[in-house]
Amino acid sequence: MIPGDFDYLRPKTKSEALVMLRDGGDEARPIAGGHSLIPMMKLRMAAPEKVVDLGGLADLKHISIEKDITIGAATTQHQLIESGALFDACPILRETALLIADPQIRYCGTLGGNVANGDPGNDMPALMQCLDASYIIESASGKREIKARDFYHAAYFTALETGELITAIRFKTPEAGHGYSYQKLKRKVGDYATAAAAVTLSMSEDNVTGASVALTNLADTPLYVAEAADILTSSPLSADTIKEAVKAAEAMMAPAADGRGSSEYRTRMGGVMVQRAIEAAVERADKTPKKGGLFGWLRG
Amino acid sequence: MAKRLIKLTVNGDEMEVAVEPRDLLIHTLREQLELTGAHIGCDTSHCGACTVDLDGRSVKSCTMFTVQADGAEITTVEGMAHPDGTLHAIQEAFRQMHGLQCGFCTPGMIMRAHRLLQENPTPTEEEIRWGISGNLCRCTGYQNIVKAVQLASETLSQKVAAE
Repeated sequence: MIPGDFDYLRPKTKSEALVMLRDGGDEARPIAGGHSLIPMMKLRMAAPEKVVDLGGLADLKHISIEKDITIGAATTQHQLIESGALFDACPILRETALLIADPQIRYCGTLGGNVANGDPGNDMPALMQCLDASYIIESASGKREIKARDFYHAAYFTALETGELITAIRFKTPEAGHGYSYQKLKRKVGDYATAAAAVTLSMSEDNVTGASVALTNLADTPLYVAEAADILTSSPLSADTIKEAVKAAEAMMAPAADGRGSSEYRTRMGGVMVQRAIEAAVERADKTPKKGGLFGWLRG
Repeated sequence: MAKRLIKLTVNGDEMEVAVEPRDLLIHTLREQLELTGAHIGCDTSHCGACTVDLDGRSVKSCTMFTVQADGAEITTVEGMAHPDGTLHAIQEAFRQMHGLQCGFCTPGMIMRAHRLLQENPTPTEEEIRWGISGNLCRCTGYQNIVKAVQLASETLSQKVAAE
């Protein structure tokens, strides 16, 4: 498969790239890892006249961990996995990145590309909603920030305007000892999720003091389950509160029927992923004294 | 679109290559440089038969424009054997353990195993299976491929210990 003809631009700085994207308008596409764009170009479903290669921009590859975690948009999945400091501060990023595609693709694929593309099958958007991340968006004429929870409008339709580029992703560093889990059901390595759920939570004894739940590939956008936090923090954790949170999540799901299963099946699996993610996150929350009563039913 | 000159180092040889922006790395390697070791299998970045080593990463050369590789160091399976023709330890291990049947996936498997063993010289069986999960083999059921990578890991570690 041979892509259509295009003009290749390789900026040396971020500002040069932003000017190229502005001048190129709708006919220009940025390329980072290329594993979404190139397959589409090979199928001739995408035929940009200009391709702006972000591969040479060192200022888009960085990870900084302070009160906030800030990650450059061109940081690859492999670099996310490799960073021990990032794993210590926010281990769910490695857990999620390891479930994306396969090793070769993770060397190329970037966090920015994964969140910017608007593909409902991508895993990082739901995780970013779970972590309440903000996307830092730059263009030749300025800079703005938007919450991941407000970014996605429909499949491949996002808040990103022509000429704009996500240059970094930022979120509050989760508190030490938080529980987390990304649960993804897929048919094989490299597949998109049949259903997936991201959960982070904090516990004090048997009480959930804070929780966040988001879903991948269960609608035409990632889904943030706002209700789940209230349900999980309202009373001591029990099988019933988890069931209620699962129900709230399922009520939001509207997955398409496809090769991965019927809409009903994928919704049911979405519920199972939410339940497993909550249970795994509870088990991992370090501050939990792990009383027999609570963990009896979790293990049983 | 006009061709442009880019610089590559392929299997140790520095060269300039004239390519169109839309030329994929696998086509440049196979058709211009006549290095036909890397194969076009699925042509959709699933199968890994086109895997080559590029600046310390395993990449699927069917899903990269050659212009993106400007300035890169690339190793293909042709660059693995020693100059005198002796097989590289990974190739020798695939031969000894019969880590192939039809052989179509083998160049990709060997290049992926090469990078995996650089990053993790003594992988467990699970780590090997995880590490080659981007390479499909439709013949072997993977058993002998895993054994080959295990043998290569042993041979290479002994070599390092001996040096």
